[in-house]
Amino acid sequence: MAIKERMSGNEAVSFAIRQINPDVMPAFPITPSTEIPQMVSTYIANGEIDTEFIPVESEHSAMSATIGAEAAGARSLTATSSAGLALMWEELLLAASNRLPLVLALVNRTLSGPININCDHSDGMGARDTGWIQIYAENNQEAYDNFIQAYPIAEDTRVHLPVMICQDGFITSHAVENITLLEDEPVKNFVGEYQPEEFLLNPGKPIAVGPYSVSNYAMEAKKNQEIALENSKEVILEVAKKFQKISGREYGLFEEYKTQDADYIMLIMGSAAGTAKQAVDDLRDKGKKVGVLKLRVFRPFPAEEIAMALKNCKAVAIMDRCESYNGNGGPLGSEVSAGLFRNKVMIETVNYIYGLAGRDFTVGDACDIFSELDDMIVNGKEVEQYQYVRLRK
Amino acid sequence: MKNGIEIRWHGRGGQGAKTAALLLADVAFKTGRNVQGFPEYGPERMGAPITAYNRISSDKIRVHSNIYHPDYVVVVDETLLGSVDVTAGLKKTGAIIINTAKSREEIEEHLGGYEGRVFMVDARKISVETLGKNFPNSPMLAAAVAVSKVMPREKFIKEMRASYQHKFAKKPEVIDGNMKALEMAFDKVEGTMEAEQLTISA
Repeated sequence: MAIKERMSGNEAVSFAIRQINPDVMPAFPITPSTEIPQMVSTYIANGEIDTEFIPVESEHSAMSATIGAEAAGARSLTATSSAGLALMWEELLLAASNRLPLVLALVNRTLSGPININCDHSDGMGARDTGWIQIYAENNQEAYDNFIQAYPIAEDTRVHLPVMICQDGFITSHAVENITLLEDEPVKNFVGEYQPEEFLLNPGKPIAVGPYSVSNYAMEAKKNQEIALENSKEVILEVAKKFQKISGREYGLFEEYKTQDADYIMLIMGSAAGTAKQAVDDLRDKGKKVGVLKLRVFRPFPAEEIAMALKNCKAVAIMDRCESYNGNGGPLGSEVSAGLFRNKVMIETVNYIYGLAGRDFTVGDACDIFSELDDMIVNGKEVEQYQYVRLRK
Repeated sequence: MKNGIEIRWHGRGGQGAKTAALLLADVAFKTGRNVQGFPEYGPERMGAPITAYNRISSDKIRVHSNIYHPDYVVVVDETLLGSVDVTAGLKKTGAIIINTAKSREEIEEHLGGYEGRVFMVDARKISVETLGKNFPNSPMLAAAVAVSKVMPREKFIKEMRASYQHKFAKKPEVIDGNMKALEMAFDKVEGTMEAEQLTISA
């Protein structure tokens, strides 16, 4: 039976970890993810789970120890934010290239500078080319549901890759909201026991993890890793279907909200998607045909699926909660545009940078953006293709 | 917002404005409502101004922005009145609730001609009387519930006792004091409301 509760996003992820009872959690605290290791260590101290908690002296060590534990054959995880993820960077690549199905709870926070503790997606986007699967959440419910789906995706033999479960720092991590939890048993059955085929602590079948590879072989290893990431798309959808059976909640690579007949679509990720949906409802009441495409799975990037979902609209606002300092737009702006072009979907796009370092994004902001798209299409207004939302000038 | 109310809390880091907002979300949840309670942090230090927010609705809550047109504002620390525009966007049909021992005239000077209702609760006095210390958030929480009528008094009191029993499991001696603080603040607001009614009928 489903449990009606209220809790913050950090509590929700910690609760999922309690239900899964993983083997090893090394962690180092950093705002706003600190509550996760704090709450998990409380569960351990209370004897509710028997996860081995390893306090370490830095995030580099946290990811190193998580990799070591996972390679040894233990289901492992850690949690971090912002500079913590940046300090893990070298190890993130090792986790993926050694094909270790560990899980990281990322509570998105901006990167310095200026130093700031609030939300944007700079940390996750900075790790976008490290080979990890990345799944983003709109609210505490999705953070919880995504976390439960993480190990079945990561450990699938077609995948064998690490998974980052992301949620917006403070906006969802520290907001208490309603949530529907699953009972412990269905979660345990869904995630199952971890049975790695090959692992270090297996004297009967010795293996090497992370050896040197000569140029003659390294390129094939990299392509194999890329194939695994491509495979994960199918697995993510299969796991979502199975999850729907136990939860009644439906997940895909992205969610389409009132997009079917929409002239204008906002493509957005994370907590601001809820705000954008409210704007859509308000504008629909006034007869405007608008919709939201909320991206859930950023890696693997569903370029073709996005292009097909957008092909009938007149213009799309591509929303980036991250500046990528390339002089050409944010990460989503660049990747969505490339995906549209490659799939020969020739619609207008505007790339908006919003919400950096916790700058608020409101229903009014979303309405203004839809109205700008309309002005561009209907009145031929010149609109900057790459611009900032509500920037002080 | 349709079918719901929005509340903005102003306090200083360490005074419990965020905790009060989370507690309000908690008790409102127990009445079957959809809730949101969240803080907005500035610099991380004791004494810095902080804002916290509540949305309480019969509908699913999807918006994840701060609140700019609240129905109610709660000011936990009156020293903010000179520096923070506490009535910004506050609806005329709503109310502001201020923790203060000052006179109405002195307070209204700082409210920028706000035309809605103003409630003053001396939460420091109530807290010192009931708990022996200045923890203004419990009385201010009760005042917010009394003014907004987000739930009936009896239900609120019952749920708060359960919350405190959970929160203060290791120091049960503070539960009764907190409960008394809630009741006193409720009495104060209901008294003000009765007086308002008398003024109107006169």
